[in-house]
Amino acid sequence: MSARASFASAAALLMARDLRLALRRAGDSLLPLGFFLVITTLFPLALDPELSQLRDIAPAALWVGALLSSLLALDLLFRDDGQDGALEQLALCGQPFAGLLLAKTVVHWLLTGLPLVLVAPLAAIALGAPYGAMPGILAAVLLGTVCLSLIGAVGAGLTLSLRRNGSLLALLVLPLAVPVLIFGARATALAIAGESLAAPLYLLAAIAVLAATLAPWALAAAVRIGLE
Amino acid sequence: MHVLRGVSFSVRGAECLQVTGANGSGKTTLLRALCGLVPPEEGQVRWCGVDIGADPSAYHRALAYLGHDNGLKGDLTADENLRFGIGLRCRVTPTAIGAALTRAGLAGQRGLPLRQLSAGQRRRVALARLPLFDARLWILDEPGSNLDSAGQALLLELLQAHLAEGGTAVVATHQALDLPAGTHRGVMLQ
Repeated sequence: MSARASFASAAALLMARDLRLALRRAGDSLLPLGFFLVITTLFPLALDPELSQLRDIAPAALWVGALLSSLLALDLLFRDDGQDGALEQLALCGQPFAGLLLAKTVVHWLLTGLPLVLVAPLAAIALGAPYGAMPGILAAVLLGTVCLSLIGAVGAGLTLSLRRNGSLLALLVLPLAVPVLIFGARATALAIAGESLAAPLYLLAAIAVLAATLAPWALAAAVRIGLE
Repeated sequence: MHVLRGVSFSVRGAECLQVTGANGSGKTTLLRALCGLVPPEEGQVRWCGVDIGADPSAYHRALAYLGHDNGLKGDLTADENLRFGIGLRCRVTPTAIGAALTRAGLAGQRGLPLRQLSAGQRRRVALARLPLFDARLWILDEPGSNLDSAGQALLLELLQAHLAEGGTAVVATHQALDLPAGTHRGVMLQ
């Protein structure tokens, strides 16, 4: 009998696999980031280039862009693994399924959420936000993308067995993502105004913790149903 | 709609149960229910006398499933596919992976992305994975699809070695399985 793999080594291996696959398909992984940049740079073009006006719409532009591009990225999360049978093998490998799916979601965030976190402050500057607002925006987008990835993963799991799942996925995920949008945009607006953004950040953090605690179980149940 | 009704059988160690039946008779559903992917509405699937729902992880560690889909990634090489696929369950050395792929007649294609291989070659990679899973129970759904005669011989060889080690197999296929007498039974779904 060969030695059994621990859950930690299995999860690390799965994450390494997903990262390698994403590298071989860099275009797919970069698409959401490109989409975000396009949305946020189109706003100044469509509006008066009045700085005060740009600053007013910056939070909305950033967060609507982040929400839509994270929706776009969700399709990538389980689609390929569901189609080629890799998800079945994951469900049957004897490791905690919820943990493995959480590991996949973490990789998904690294590939689609983290780039947004890094780029959002730059996009905010382009929308006229002061440099002093950068740390606050960074923190808000960091927490917000974590929430969006976790909430979105459950939606992606639920729509796994549907062939054309894009529109239904958006319908399922958008209402759940609205609190993230509201508190994220509020935190960004406060950061730009130079005021304390502790309250919306705490709420975002609370949503992130709640999502990280509950999402893996909901996700495992959803994907199991999808595999039936 | 009920797909399966009144199906009951048992399989022992060192025994292969061949499931046959017309298209749409529920072979795949039966195998997926045996794996625990589809929970039966009624009835039980038991492994070593215990319902598989009692400790699914322990059961799945003893199980190697090969479905219609190979569960392999087209963008990864055969080597990488085996390393990642098996590493989730147990430790595996590159030597063992190399030996398994050589045995499957794929020594020359180890470094190619899987999507560049033919459907039969991809099936061979999936078969090469089975012994490395270190599982006592193999559940194979049409394992011979896309395989040439050498591939079929490989499948039989792997099955025979598995049975000789005391392993159990449930195989849905219409191909005649040329296995030693006393290790092979059939069940037909209607």
